[in-house]
Amino acid sequence: MSAASVPTSEREPAPATIPAGAARDSVIEIDASLRWPVLALSLGSALWLFVGLVFAIIGSIKLHAPGFFADSVMLTAGRIRPAAMNALVYGFASQSALAVLLWILSRLGGNRFAYALPVVIATKLWNIGVLVGVWAILAGASTGFELLEMPRYASPLLFIAFVVIALCAVASFWARRVRELYPSQWFLLGSLFWFPWLYSAANLLLVVNPVRGTMQAVVNAWYVNGLLGLWLGSVALAVIFYFLPKLSGRPLFSASAVALGFWSWVVLTGFSGLTSLIGGPVPRWLPALSTAATLASLAPLATFAFVWYRTLAGGDAAARGDTVLRFMLGAAVCFLIAGAVKIALAFPQVAAVTNLTLMGAGLKFFVVLGFVGMALLGGIYYILPRVLGADWPNAQLVRGHFLCTIIGVALIFGPLALGGILQGIKINNPGVEYASLARSLTPWIGLSSLGFLWLLAGQVLMFLNFVKLLRGWCAVQCSGCATWFEEARPVKVGGRP
Amino acid sequence: MNNGPLLFFGILAAMVSSFWGLILLPQIQIGRQQAVVLEDTGAYYPAVRAGQASQGAEVYRSLGCAECHSQQVRGLGGDLARSWGRRISVAQDYLHDQPVQLGLMRIGPDLTNVGVRRPDTDNLYAHLWNPRLVMAGSIMPRYPFLFEQRRLANGELRAAEAVKFMGLPEDLEIIPKPEARQLVAYLLSLRADNELFEAPLPAAPKTASVGTNAVATNASVVAPAPTNSIAPAK
Repeated sequence: MSAASVPTSEREPAPATIPAGAARDSVIEIDASLRWPVLALSLGSALWLFVGLVFAIIGSIKLHAPGFFADSVMLTAGRIRPAAMNALVYGFASQSALAVLLWILSRLGGNRFAYALPVVIATKLWNIGVLVGVWAILAGASTGFELLEMPRYASPLLFIAFVVIALCAVASFWARRVRELYPSQWFLLGSLFWFPWLYSAANLLLVVNPVRGTMQAVVNAWYVNGLLGLWLGSVALAVIFYFLPKLSGRPLFSASAVALGFWSWVVLTGFSGLTSLIGGPVPRWLPALSTAATLASLAPLATFAFVWYRTLAGGDAAARGDTVLRFMLGAAVCFLIAGAVKIALAFPQVAAVTNLTLMGAGLKFFVVLGFVGMALLGGIYYILPRVLGADWPNAQLVRGHFLCTIIGVALIFGPLALGGILQGIKINNPGVEYASLARSLTPWIGLSSLGFLWLLAGQVLMFLNFVKLLRGWCAVQCSGCATWFEEARPVKVGGRP
Repeated sequence: MNNGPLLFFGILAAMVSSFWGLILLPQIQIGRQQAVVLEDTGAYYPAVRAGQASQGAEVYRSLGCAECHSQQVRGLGGDLARSWGRRISVAQDYLHDQPVQLGLMRIGPDLTNVGVRRPDTDNLYAHLWNPRLVMAGSIMPRYPFLFEQRRLANGELRAAEAVKFMGLPEDLEIIPKPEARQLVAYLLSLRADNELFEAPLPAAPKTASVGTNAVATNASVVAPAPTNSIAPAK
């Protein structure tokens, strides 16, 4: 983050749609009203990102060095890998998504957030739910459904916590003072509605009252796609659409083009989840429908790319040095790459090679840590100093985190994608013996382990900065308290003659 | 686009259409499938798994085997040529599975037909104890916590239920815990060698050697099978 983006000198209100002179609360008031919810959510998400990355490193190493922690049943590959993914998706991404979502909704709505306490309590509940769920996965109580591994005593905690936070967000949105809607708000409102639907429907249909046979695989694939696309993806897109114009100092190129992209993206993403079942034991029209939807999603992808490009083109060069803007650009590029790869993988001829290989795992990590992760980390870097009223102590650490993230994400996705393609080609050639095939995967998985290490290094830098920021902020608060006491005491004593 | 109610209606419609198209429609089509009577044997298919095998399915789920092993023979790629099943998998095969675990990745081979391919119990125990003993260079983790191990005193004999396999040190006794027995019972129950109306067995080629397709013991996988047809299992 450049020194120029301290809270007082920000370009407000940037996204070009808020009419001048609209009655709205001051940004200082709005930021202060969100201090505790944002602090609780981002602290939790930073801790879970750390835990998730450590688990992901162990899970990745276990695939190329099977002797690593071999005696521990809790750390066996089949448990640590889903535990890592759950920690990353529900612990890190979902919590920072909520933090950024509340802040952007309040800023765009121009009203203070009035429900800090319920949100903080719900955040605690959410963290307890993730903790119980991840522990249960390690202890062997997984449900066996991808990204729904948390057993039925953990998932209701998450659901209740989310509904509380979503209701608070919607109530705050309802009372907004700026009535006009900016594109980010469409995405955010949608995501608030889609997650509870997806999560409750999938849990009801798979865990509580299970459907029969391969319908379970259909529901699971539908859920995973919706979770990554319609929940996390929507929030990340909202963040990109909010910050790109704001930080580059240029108005959004065209809100109506975004509207076109939004509706087509929403409908097509809803139908595009089942390409992972191509050739599988389900009715053939299902993956075919998803293939069609995925191919058509080229249209919203191109629309978004065009709008971003035209928004940034000709922007002032000074803004490009801003690390938060770089996070946003990184997220946007990851979104476009992930979208293009998904389109390529939707062709049945390609899926015959790439399905059920490392490619799938690589793409999911790429979406969660690259596209979604970078957008949310950038958002947190922008928001935290504003709600606390203190700037990041060390801008170098923020830049370092960005570099580590870029390197890490590239090292995870590139090798897993390439290794996945080679794996698929070899699987389809029955002359290749399976043990040698599996062994040939280890260099690729090893490179992705290095990628996770880079991400972890970046996360350590963020922690250092976070701790410094909090300590500085506490010192200010406490010295404030101290001076208040010092001033108060003589008055009190002196008040009694 | 400033119309709040319209926006909400659109958001709702997007989710309803996705749910309707990808969940409700297929549920109407395949959600109420029942077991069928097989023409050749007169038995119901799929059969309900026997006690130990159904407990083994829980062990399979709990250890997360589906992270690295699939259970679906696709009509694509090398699935049939690798003898992972005598026919492709269809929805009927999974009616009694809870949860259905089609698998995420194929770090290891597909297990749909492993009960036919690897019928030897001790061989499966050895694979769980240390995969490298059975398949040189395998990257599958060891599962030593599924076994009780004990050093034998000089001259002491192994217990009757101890596992016997090549490469085991003379003075080591390895006894499978109940979880290991259940898991192996489950693996042996995985087979895709019967004929279904919607999934006929490919015609066996006349020249095919009437051998076994047990992968561990011979090199039959190396021979590429012509046009999706494979050697019969027995």
